[in-house]
Amino acid sequence: MEKERMPRELILMRVAKELEDGSYVNLGIGMPTLVANYIGDGKTVIIHSENGLVGTGPMPEPGQEDPDLCNAGGQAVTMIPGAAIVHHADSFAIVRGKHLDAAVLGGLQVAENGDLANWMRPDRGVGSIGGAADIARGAKKVYVAMEHITKDGEFKIVKRCSYPLTGAGVVHTIFTDAAVIRVTPQGLVLEEAAPGWTPEDVQAITEPTLIVSPDFKEISL
Amino acid sequence: MALKTFPITPQEAIAGLTDGATVMVGGFAGYGVPVHLMTALRDSGLKGLTLITNDTVNLAAGKPSPAMLVEAGIIRKVITSFPITGSVGAEIAKAEAMYRSGEVEVELVPQGTLAERIRCGGAGIPAFYTPTGAGTPFATGKDTRDFNGELQVLETALHADVALVRASVADRMGNLVFRRTAKNYNPIMAAAATVTVAEVDTLVSAGELDPEAVGAAGVFVDRIYLRPKP
Repeated sequence: MEKERMPRELILMRVAKELEDGSYVNLGIGMPTLVANYIGDGKTVIIHSENGLVGTGPMPEPGQEDPDLCNAGGQAVTMIPGAAIVHHADSFAIVRGKHLDAAVLGGLQVAENGDLANWMRPDRGVGSIGGAADIARGAKKVYVAMEHITKDGEFKIVKRCSYPLTGAGVVHTIFTDAAVIRVTPQGLVLEEAAPGWTPEDVQAITEPTLIVSPDFKEISL
Repeated sequence: MALKTFPITPQEAIAGLTDGATVMVGGFAGYGVPVHLMTALRDSGLKGLTLITNDTVNLAAGKPSPAMLVEAGIIRKVITSFPITGSVGAEIAKAEAMYRSGEVEVELVPQGTLAERIRCGGAGIPAFYTPTGAGTPFATGKDTRDFNGELQVLETALHADVALVRASVADRMGNLVFRRTAKNYNPIMAAAATVTVAEVDTLVSAGELDPEAVGAAGVFVDRIYLRPKP
């Protein structure tokens, strides 16, 4: 029987732990945006929103929304002291020009060669790419935060993506509700697993063969 | 270049647009959208327009998006990065149904590529290579080439007959000041069209703006429409 996977909050906390003090980071829309809530006071992470905001702050109190200030998901936000605002082409110069230390993106599929598919389920016929293709290619480290398998139990970590790609060979590390897996030239390396999970448990819900890290350990936050 | 004009109504501000024209509309997720100009365009009775805009999704309450243009049936083709909501299980918007049926053609462009194509359109650069999309469907049918050991994709500039942009303040020289993230595409679209119309909250005399605070120089701007006070 499959073991219990971790709640979403723990994925977000584990990703937040990975972000370095003083780094510039883009958080994708949806679940990755919530990573900001778990960074804590011990370090400064400057959050880039692709609509031109460098230094995105928390959500405003109700009634305090600025009608001209939003994040990449169109949600009202605040700015941190020292924030900067640039136009859209400059915002993506930041992205493409390798000025982002890391990005956290969602994933539909990640392949063992680091390919990422996260913008379209083929059966929908139309998709929205947004800034994901630029960010996937431009950030120095691309972290994917997602559930390990689909609700129907299908693999999301696969040998080859069957969905249209966002970026080819771009993923650095995958953070799921069961494991932390690094993408390396030799293949996928299992670094950490959820409490009580063995490497065999993770392998059972992962299509490609995992290499177990010599430092394999339980996820700690 | 003709003198700047100051149309009184949004209908007058978009006058001269013809069927089949290419129109850029500024804004992102409903922020920084020239709502009065866009609404006049929706009601213009024009046909077969090509629309260049970031998204056609109503993401924020009370912040209309260019989806209204698509849904009004005046658009033939949309060049955009975000045509539909990403939410799974969301009710299918009218615009999405029009895309799915093929009634309106969608050219889906990665957002940074879209912004750079517009910037280049205004800067006189016809094409450029970018790493974005290499090895993905976004490179299909496009020239690719290695630079510095990395595969790059050839993308072409975008230019429009008319750009509708939103700014906070204009002066009578056409200089524009933008506010917060309502800036987004507005400065680069202002430069990338034959006729640029700006919708502003405040109009001041020449000399009242700090030249270094100007986000788009008046050289790019033709018409300034002052919004009625709310």
